[in-house]
Amino acid sequence: MLRSFTALLIRDLKLAARVGGSGVMGLIFFLMIVTLIPFALGPDLNLLSRIGPAILWIAALLATLIGLDRLFQADQEDGSLDLLRLSHAPLEIVVLAKVLAYWLVTGLPLAIAAPFLGLLVALSPEGMLAMVATLLVGTPALTFIGAVGAALTSSLRRGGLILAILVLPFMIPTLIFGVSAANAALGGTIPFMTPFLVLVALSLIAAVVGTVGAAAALRSGE
Amino acid sequence: MRLSVNNLACTRGERRIFEGVSFDLAPGEALVITGRNGAGKSSLLDILAGRLHPAAGAIRLEGAGERILPECLHYVGHRDALKSALTAEENLAFARDFLGSPALTPREALDAVGLAHAARLPVAYLSAGQRRRVALARLLVAHRPLWLLDEPTSALDTSSQETLRLILESHRESGGMIAATTHSPLFLKDAKEIKIDRIPNPPPSAGEGAERSEAGEGASSSSSFPSPGPPGHPLPQRGEG
Repeated sequence: MLRSFTALLIRDLKLAARVGGSGVMGLIFFLMIVTLIPFALGPDLNLLSRIGPAILWIAALLATLIGLDRLFQADQEDGSLDLLRLSHAPLEIVVLAKVLAYWLVTGLPLAIAAPFLGLLVALSPEGMLAMVATLLVGTPALTFIGAVGAALTSSLRRGGLILAILVLPFMIPTLIFGVSAANAALGGTIPFMTPFLVLVALSLIAAVVGTVGAAAALRSGE
Repeated sequence: MRLSVNNLACTRGERRIFEGVSFDLAPGEALVITGRNGAGKSSLLDILAGRLHPAAGAIRLEGAGERILPECLHYVGHRDALKSALTAEENLAFARDFLGSPALTPREALDAVGLAHAARLPVAYLSAGQRRRVALARLLVAHRPLWLLDEPTSALDTSSQETLRLILESHRESGGMIAATTHSPLFLKDAKEIKIDRIPNPPPSAGEGAERSEAGEGASSSSSFPSPGPPGHPLPQRGEG
């Protein structure tokens, strides 16, 4: 079972790194949004640093969303999904491997890139640290929630928009607690750990619900 | 290991595709499934592979221990299940690791289908026939007793068809089972054959069994098919009930 898991994980990482893979797409999209917003808002550093965490979080959410429709659809189209059903490992393991690979090539780079993009929105050093921490624990929740939508829309030709409509409402709590944790680190009345721990809890819940839900959607949606 | 299928029926959407399909497969046996386009040949394989649920009937697997049917089979369908960006060797290495119970190495398997020279090429560069041969090489990288093949000879040239026939025969000699849909003769030694007939729409359910024991390619009365239905095999898009 572990062998199947690592085989699939490595395959997806390889695919993301190859030409036409989704490897850097999310990161570039993230960069685009975060770069555009200071131009649109004007050079008001106070304003930027106040809404900086929100900008980064919204950009991270959209960047996670942008490649999600291909998570299972690509395998559905070329028949690989049929192959993935033939393993000794249950579909939950398949989902877990694919989601982990997706997070490693989208969520993790976003968290790592956050300090550099934080410069663009005039974040203070502790704000940057808080962004890294919240994105690191918050983006798994986004990916797992999105995986359920990706599994549900895997057989639709243009499932991207439906996917976004389906999963965005469920991503809102993650967004709220992610931004409030980052803001709490910048000062304020709530301690950082309160919203941060809720964010961790959201990720853990999403990991369970998302894995089981996406596997169930793949089983029934054939 | 023994597979017995009893009175199987398939419904896609609201539509009964076939019913009353029964057959047995013992080790070393091969089953050739024939029928018109859209008759439900691929759906039958999909049911065996666990992708679709049968509307009626039972599939029994004896002597497989704790393994369920999908863990005991290889499925090579219309779609190759190959990743274009990966090389032929990487695709097979993944299948070998993922499916478990490894057999030949990817190199040996590619050699067996005559594609050793293409091992390091991305699958995107290969022709349709070469892709099909890589997909068939997947049969050799992991031990699975039952092989489900959906028109395995499509896109294959004559010599590759002969290679495939030899691979299939050697699988049977080692106690394997094969169920293949086909439009062209596979030349397998004393293979069983069933012919699937699409139920006319609306279904009169006159009880005409879909099972035939002998090949009756031109014998089926084509006048009983007023609606041709979707050409090719049904799109795997809708879940049923």
